[in-house]
Amino acid sequence: MGLETVFGHSYLTTRLDEAVNWGRKYSFFQYPFVTACCGMEFMSVWASTYDIARFGAEYPRFSPRQADVLFVVGTVNEKLAPVLKRVYDQMCEPKWVVSFGVCATSGGFYDNYATVQGIDKIIPVDIYIPGCPPRPEAVLDALVKLQEKVARESVLDRKYK
Amino acid sequence: MNSYLLGTFRAKFPDATLETHAFRGDETVTIKKEALALAAAWLRDDLGFDFLMDLTAVDYLPREPRFELVCHLYSSKHNYRLRLKCPVGAEDPQVDSLTGVWSGANWFEREVYDMFGLKFRGHPDLRRILMYDGFEGYPLRKDYPLKKRQPRIAHRD
Ligand code: SF4
Repeated sequence: MGLETVFGHSYLTTRLDEAVNWGRKYSFFQYPFVTACCGMEFMSVWASTYDIARFGAEYPRFSPRQADVLFVVGTVNEKLAPVLKRVYDQMCEPKWVVSFGVCATSGGFYDNYATVQGIDKIIPVDIYIPGCPPRPEAVLDALVKLQEKVARESVLDRKYK
Repeated sequence: MNSYLLGTFRAKFPDATLETHAFRGDETVTIKKEALALAAAWLRDDLGFDFLMDLTAVDYLPREPRFELVCHLYSSKHNYRLRLKCPVGAEDPQVDSLTGVWSGANWFEREVYDMFGLKFRGHPDLRRILMYDGFEGYPLRKDYPLKKRQPRIAHRD
């Protein structure tokens, strides 16, 4: 099954996963989809005090085609939902999604005619960060959890089309 | 309850003025909607209210007249404020546009149209401003269903 059939060594599969995932998890290119007040806290994660660069995820790509992680930061309303879906669809595999703050996660306290009640109604989400807005430490915690999640994946999990 | 400003207003529009009151320096005039544009032009030209700070509406369901248009005016010359209100009935939710008096009324009126469905006669471009094309109904009306959602794309699950 899988890579063993290609390489002939049963022991190679884990090592390849590890090598690839090690590279992936320490070099996230993120696409910041920033729509509301949470953006301020997101910027502070980037800046020198919290310094997201220590985790290898400091490099924002404003083209979804070059990004690995989609950070949805802030309130997403029904008007914006098709844009978010489109950005997600334009990203290449492998790709992950982080929902930043309660608005993105569940609509937050905006339970009204305009607001999407959680971005998982539109796109699949890997990590949710609670808080309004989340503290930078929570964001770094989420990033580490995402790295752990990536480390558990197999390179064969994802479909390449 | 009588200020110079309110007295002057009542003297100028005795028939159109429905009510005036002042509370701790906040002066309010309620007028008939037929006189709105005329009174607005007079307030700007003769009394120096050169700045339309806000224009919005309130839905007082089930009261009739159901809606009330609320304008906040400011005079930069006299450093003075006035609140202008105007009841609008549900059977004919139309008023004259104030865009001819203050151009800043343009987007405010589009917002009131978008949220409450009040129409502004003479507005140059009366389209929804916040909600998207295809949105049905007026979300800030009290009879808009609280849980009604109108998604533009299909939701998962
Ligand atoms: S979760 Fe709070 S801080 Fe974040 S976008 Fe929503 S309201 Fe703003």
